[in-house]
Order: sequence, then C-alpha cells, then structure tokens
Amino acid sequence: MGKVRKGVEVSIAIADAVAQANVDVIAAYPITPQTHIVEHLSEIVADGELDAEFVPVDSEHSAMSVCCGSAAVGARTFTSTSSQGLALMSEIFFIAAAMRLPMVMALANRSLSSPLSIWNDHSDVMMVRDAGWICVFVENGQETYDNIFCGYRMSEDPNVMLPVAVNLDGFILTHMIEPVEYEDDALIRQYLPEFRMKNALHPDNPVSMGCFGMPEIYTETQMNREVGVKNSYPHIIKAWDEWGKLTGRHYRPIETYRADDAEYCIVTMGSYGETAMEVVDALRAEGEKVGVVKIRLWRPFPLDEFRKTVLGKKHLIVVDRAITFGGQGGPVATELRSALYKKDGAPTIVNYVAGLAGRDVSRKDFRNIILEGKKKAESGDTEGFTLYGLRG
Amino acid sequence: MAKTSVSSPKNVERAEYFAPGHRACQGCAEALAVRLVLKALGKDTIVGMATGCMEIISSPLPLTSWRVPWIHNAFENPAAVISGCEAGMKVMMRKGKLPEKKINFVGMGGDGATADIGFGPLSGALERGHDMIYICYDNEAYMNTGIQRSSSTPYGASTTTSPAGKKSIGQHTQKKNMVEIAAAHGIPYVATACPSFPFDLLEKVKKASETPGPAYIHILSVCPTGWRIQPADAIKYGRLAVNSCVFPLYEVVGGKHRLTYKPSEKKLIPVSEYLSGQGRFRHLTDKDIEQIQAATTLRYERLLKLSEEG
Repeated sequence: MGKVRKGVEVSIAIADAVAQANVDVIAAYPITPQTHIVEHLSEIVADGELDAEFVPVDSEHSAMSVCCGSAAVGARTFTSTSSQGLALMSEIFFIAAAMRLPMVMALANRSLSSPLSIWNDHSDVMMVRDAGWICVFVENGQETYDNIFCGYRMSEDPNVMLPVAVNLDGFILTHMIEPVEYEDDALIRQYLPEFRMKNALHPDNPVSMGCFGMPEIYTETQMNREVGVKNSYPHIIKAWDEWGKLTGRHYRPIETYRADDAEYCIVTMGSYGETAMEVVDALRAEGEKVGVVKIRLWRPFPLDEFRKTVLGKKHLIVVDRAITFGGQGGPVATELRSALYKKDGAPTIVNYVAGLAGRDVSRKDFRNIILEGKKKAESGDTEGFTLYGLRG
Repeated sequence: MAKTSVSSPKNVERAEYFAPGHRACQGCAEALAVRLVLKALGKDTIVGMATGCMEIISSPLPLTSWRVPWIHNAFENPAAVISGCEAGMKVMMRKGKLPEKKINFVGMGGDGATADIGFGPLSGALERGHDMIYICYDNEAYMNTGIQRSSSTPYGASTTTSPAGKKSIGQHTQKKNMVEIAAAHGIPYVATACPSFPFDLLEKVKKASETPGPAYIHILSVCPTGWRIQPADAIKYGRLAVNSCVFPLYEVVGGKHRLTYKPSEKKLIPVSEYLSGQGRFRHLTDKDIEQIQAATTLRYERLLKLSEEG
C-alpha cells in the first residue's frame, strides 16, 4: 500500500493497519459485542492480501488464550474485543501481561452489563486497569491507525515485552468514517522490523513458560512485573518519537490544548478530547482561561509528565467514563487526586462521570461541565463525583 | 490386530523428556503417563498444559521438569493455547520466518480441565482442525486440590464433593464420555490408553503424532491418593480397569472404532475385582456393584459391536 489519504471507517483502518504490520496470527471472537475490525481482517486474509492465520475461536477467553500461544512462539499477534468479551477474557488478559507476551489489542471501549448495552464508555478497560498492559487512548481515526504500529513497536521492544491495548471509543470512533492518512508499506517496514523473540517456545531451545510460584518467590515475580511496566515508559516515548520523525505526527503521554496559560483545565481520555477542544475555543473567545489536558498513556501512568503539566493550575475538571461503585469518584479522577496529594501548587479536582453507555455528551454539555465544574471548584465542592445529566 | 512399532522395551526411546525430581505423589500413574507420552513424541514437541497436578508437580519456579518447550497459561485453556502455538509456528514457517520443521503441538490437561472447565476451548480447537494432539490425563476427580468430583468421576465414587453418605451413593451421575464426544467432532484420530499398557500407549501417541489434524487421547491415570489404594498398586489397578472392561482400550480412526486390546476369557474379570480394593468405592453394596456391572457390560458390548462393524 502506498501513502494515501482516504475516508474510511475507523474499524476498517485498524484492520488495514494490522495487515500493513504484517501480523502473523489474528485470533478473535466476532461478537460480544461486534465491530467490523475482525470481519474486515478475515476478508483481508481470505483475499490473500495478508498471509496470516485467522483463528476463529469459540470465545474471547479462547481468543486471548490463542494469542498467548501464538505470541509465545514469537508470532506477531493481534486481537480485538470490547466490554463483555474483555470481561470473559480478563483472566487470560492478566496472564498475557504477567508472562510478558507481546501483542496488540484494539480495545473498542464499551460499557459492561448489566443492563446489557453495546455502547461506549470506559467501564471495560477500567476493570483490567491493573493487569499490567500498556494502555494507550486515542481520539480519532488517524491516531488509531498510527497507534497500531506504535503499539507493535512498544510491545515487541526487547526492553518492554508487554501487551499493548489501543483503546478507542466504541461506536464514537469504531463506526465513524474519518479521513485517515495511510502510510507507505516501506515506511511501515522501516519503522516496524520483523519480530524476533528471544526465548520463544521452540524445540531447539526448550524453555518453560508459566511456571507456578510458591510464596517464597511470588512477591519477587510481582515486583518484576511492576518494574517491567514502569521501565517500559522511555521505550514508549521512543516508539512515538520515531513515528513522529517519520510521519510528522507526534504523540505524548500527556497532551494539552491551550493549557499553557490556562487557569484551569478539563481533563479527558479518549475521543472526548476533540469536543473538549472545540468548547475550549468557544470559551476562550468569551474570556475563560481554560485549556484541555488529555491523558493518552493510561498505563504506565505518566506521573511526572502529568504533574509537570498541571501543577500551578487552579482547578482540574476531570471527565470520567466509568464509576467505581462505592469508591470516591471515577477511576481517572481518583488516580489524579492521588497523584497530586500534598503537592505544592496542586489544583483542586472536580469530577464528573459522563456519557455512560454512549449517552451523548454534546458541546453544550461540555460547556455546562466546564462552567459548573469551575463554580464547584471555587466553592470548595470537590468531593466525590457528579453523574452528569442524571434524570431526576 | 495391527502390528505395533513399539513392541518391546528395546524399542522405547531412552531419552527422558520429563525429568526426574518432580513432586508427584508416590505411585502416580499420571506422571508415568506423561513420561511415556514424551518418549513417544520425542524432542520436537511443544507442550501446552492446564493448571493441575502435572503443572504443579513439574514447574515450581525456578525449577522445571520439562526438557521440551512447555507453556502453562490457565486451567481451562491448554487446547486454545497450543492451537495458538500451532497457528503461530505454521504461519511463520510458511512466511519463511522460521525453518520448516515437523513439530508436535500437544495440549495436556486433567479430567477437570478437559471435561469440565476447558470443555468449550477443547471443542473449539478440535473443530478448527489444528494439527495438534490433546491428551486428557483422567484420574477421575480434581486430585490436585483434594479429590473433588468432576464430570469424569465414575458413578458411585466417593469424593470430597460427592461424599458417600446415608442418603447418597457418592457420585450419582455417570462418567462423561469424553472419548465419544471428541470422536463426534469428526477428527481423524481418537484413542484411549493407560500407562499399565505402555506399548499400546506409546503406539497410540505415535499414531496421533503422525496423523495430520487434531487427535485426542484419553489416558486413564490411576491416582493412588485419590482412589485410596496403595501406591505400589497403581499399575495393577490400571490393568484391572482395562480387564474388567471399565476402561476399554480402543481407537477411533476416521470414525471407525477398533479395540486395540481385548481381554481374553482368562483375563476378563468382573468389575467387583476392580472396585473392591479402592477406598473411594468401599461403601458400595453388592447391589450397587451389580448395577455397575450391568452398565459396564452394556457399554462394552456396544463398543464391541462398533468395533466388529469396523
């Protein structure tokens, strides 16, 4: 494929990126719930455009299990899932990271049942927040396409060897037709060399993977994981920097919009960032000194970069897309409060949970959240969270 | 009867791929079965194993008993994991990323991992037609965790979750017939085996290895701890299971059944001889045993008929 700009459904762009990445094994269950990613990939393989094994598994649990097997022999591996499917595979999702098996997942974020819903929020990924995967959030089709390649580059880096989840909002992104600039195959090959895994399963070099740990050693294995995830950070930056050099499209763990001179900011993760930017433009025109802080890298959490970005601001209005039932707010706000606790110049945090299961959050809503949030912050009403748009 | 390629100890692979020093109980026939299976498969083998006895006894970090590449992932997914290994290797060889090589991809699990929790993933892997072997080591309960019943526990056995009591015979359901379920997938090779009949077992594993596509082997693995017998009697009880027709040795090749061992009239014994010495069956009354005998005879006669039909 040559460099071309085209209007394409984001799910299709993902499948095309997977084909350009010359993936070896795709194991996915098409339902619970369904996106076009897997459908289109099976077409690409059926038409011989990609030489890969497409493994049509019996469940998401088996999808992640097959991915673990194929990654363990050193094959470049891809899967995709959402909500209930992620919940079903969650057991193996954790194991994949613990066994340091590189792979990329397109995680079309959707809400968890019950009640059954197929629409977008972040309750699925928050369930596996602590699994040890690298979690990247994207906000448009181009970012999604780009981060499939960046994801493989991070995942297969011998210094990283961790699975990567590219989080994109279900429907809001997966089913949108957007302009996406496809890169040339040669550029992809340059950026993403063939994967050679050290210590892959092979009879010429027998290794045992997934041994069990007695209490005498389990603690050390977990520290090993923690260090592994933390140490992946500079290599994640490197993967993005090199992509930026080649394509001119740059990514950072924390990104901002009109935030440098802002007194307060709205914090988003995922596709809400785009709406937030538009609303911030309008509010700026009215004299509000507001900006946007976008969390692109959720795991490993970019603590220093986040602090550097927000210390000195008056307030942060954090928009979460999931509830931690019985907790102290949305998962993002809870984490950000902890990141800023007792830090000099720490902004106060007001937390909204909005857009559960795809309920539309329009520009008007963002405007309300920002202005009402500012008032709350100024009046000291900063505990817990507000479920935005809750009908009485 | 077909000529076997492994007919004397001299022909058996001398190399050990399942290293000694593992932590299996004394008299564990399952560990013996694993050892024999690996001898039949040889070094060009990748094993994907379920959580369970064999995983626990063979892989306490940082030690391993496995001299072939081995992966344990979770309880219910060895069939899926090994199918992923097969898919990955196959495509990498096709794309020239790895040199061509014949490799055995072998999923292994106990009866719980096979007949209960991993039933769906196993069925999926068999249906998808991977070139793999799945081996069920059936010791007829969840032995690793303290003898809880599985759907492969035989009728009348007392376990810690199907205890015999005043109002219960113990396990009151019939053993799930995994062999016929596997065969119903229409896969090219299905067999039963028991380490008490080592040549028969070796032969079947070799056949499975040589058969393209999925193969399923169900190995009765006597568990002295769970069956409440003496460790020294493990091999004997395997023979009794086969000679009483409780566990017939047969294969299903291309859908056709064939007994690979038929107890002679001299060797044929009533089920009571198999049941009576086992602690798990000691509460059974003569009437219970009669009932089990009748059911066993019926099953065996059906199998004989299928086998004669060829």
